[in-house]
Amino acid sequence: MDLQLDNVSHRYDDVEVLRSINLVIPAGKIVCIIGPSGCGKSTLLRLIGGLELPTEGRILQIGEPPAESLNPLTYVFQDFALLPWRSVEGNISLVLEDHGIRGSHVETIISDVLARTNLTDFRKALPKQLSGGMKQRVAISRALAVKPAVMLMDEPLSALDSQTRELLMDDLIDLWTREPFTSVYVTHNLSEAVRLGHSIVVLSRRPGCIREIVDIPVPLAERKIGDIELEQKQKYLWELMRDEAAAADQELLDA
Amino acid sequence: MPDSEKPDLQMQVAFRGGGFAPQSKRWIGLIVFVVLIALIEIGARLGFISNLTLPRPSDVFYTFVELWNTGLLWKHLLPSLSRLAVGATIGASLGIAVGVMIGLFSYVRAGLVPIVAAIFPIPKIALLPLFVIWFGIEEQSKYALIAFGTFTPTVVATYGAVDNVDRSLIRMGQSFSLSWFSIVTKIVLPGSMPGILSGLRVSLAIAIILLVAAEMLGAEYGVGAYILEAGSLYDLERLFVGVAILSILGVILSSVITFFETRVLDWRV
Ligand SMILES: Nc1ncnc2c1ncn2[C@@H]1O[C@H](COP(=O)(O)OP(=O)(O)OP(=O)(O)O)[C@@H](O)[C@H]1O
Ligand SMILES: [Mg+2]
Repeated sequence: MDLQLDNVSHRYDDVEVLRSINLVIPAGKIVCIIGPSGCGKSTLLRLIGGLELPTEGRILQIGEPPAESLNPLTYVFQDFALLPWRSVEGNISLVLEDHGIRGSHVETIISDVLARTNLTDFRKALPKQLSGGMKQRVAISRALAVKPAVMLMDEPLSALDSQTRELLMDDLIDLWTREPFTSVYVTHNLSEAVRLGHSIVVLSRRPGCIREIVDIPVPLAERKIGDIELEQKQKYLWELMRDEAAAADQELLDA
Repeated sequence: MPDSEKPDLQMQVAFRGGGFAPQSKRWIGLIVFVVLIALIEIGARLGFISNLTLPRPSDVFYTFVELWNTGLLWKHLLPSLSRLAVGATIGASLGIAVGVMIGLFSYVRAGLVPIVAAIFPIPKIALLPLFVIWFGIEEQSKYALIAFGTFTPTVVATYGAVDNVDRSLIRMGQSFSLSWFSIVTKIVLPGSMPGILSGLRVSLAIAIILLVAAEMLGAEYGVGAYILEAGSLYDLERLFVGVAILSILGVILSSVITFFETRVLDWRV
């Protein structure tokens, strides 16, 4: 299933946040979205997943989502959004219960996703007992449990320290290599973008519109820290971003 | 370092991170209580405190034992407890239900919040005659008074608690296409539990106050009736027995809620 954004614009009252976004998110690819603070990245993601309606334009699903997909458009949130009163397995079963999955089938799914995220030993733990990185892995395994057609990730690694971030990036790459998923991945972090993105969408400052789409042809599994080509892409992205970021900063000062 | 000849002064960094973290120290409360009573007893025996100001704690205790032995204790206590149980259960459950509705539906909120604000400050005791007319002099009017008194604080605490549920968790529920009913029962209600329980603490104390008020205005048996009778005879020992029973009741209810809080809310950080 592909996603297509057709001339999407959005405004909050008199603040224009997004302007004429046209974008295709092809199945099986990770599309990263970067842009200066406040340019509407999170808003765009909420629009794509149907948590908000765009003021103008349409968001289209092209093709049927896979039949086994329980929740085609699934989020991974920056702040994890785990229910603190449910254990790890309870948080995962929460999203299965409503799709009529019961009994041993739930068991199988939970064991499977926990194994894939290396969390098997923490099945009964409460969120308060987990570190930030583990919480985000729980959130990722919860997302995997509903077999999403598209994973919508809003700065999923921003709340984590840089070592944990590296580890989780490797985990994501492993997951993708074993079984390619489609994802829209919003981030502040350019090195995350060049590690994970098949293509990188650069948004301008508010009102956000697409400045450029940068493709990175290197296969995910072959991207290493310090790779020359990636470094160059990252540098190029920073050149693109720098003026926007500086200008966005200036706007806040003026306001 | 220039003057490395003489050793540098060594000093341990002073600890200044203590306090501001309530811990449960069970016995302190009991000790304060015992010391206070012992002081009064000593004061009364030494004559600092005259018998007319405060009865001797030991006399109060003997009166209590007597009440126990004659079997009158249960005769007074059981009707009170059943009034409290029925009234508070009706009031608290209606209060939680209405509070959740206010928290969930804008129209209910717009319609009911002003009404709740209007009836909250009414001293419910003033309405007892009205309840007597509506529900008769028997038990029903007492149930109604207690229920009404518990209702309003529970409503206010409950909708505040619902308002305070983390919106990002609700968003999360929606993003996984949970049904409205699931979001309410699995996210909103558990999330508002801490607020509802601490509201109940207040509501139940109010229920005890109203129980006594209701019994003072017309009951043959009951802790309130017992206190009223003792008071009109200036029998301070019996008056204090009654008051002590109410305090103990309050402490028990409060510790039941604490028990639930530590059990049900062990997920809190
Ligand atoms: N619910 C809302 N109501 C009004 N304005 C909003 C709302 N949500 C976002 N905005 C505004 O829209 C703009 C874009 O917000 P958004 O959160 O999408 O930016 P972002 O690119 O995700 O920023 P960041 O990089 O800081 O996460 C901001 O100026 C913000 O103030
Ligand atoms: Mg954002």
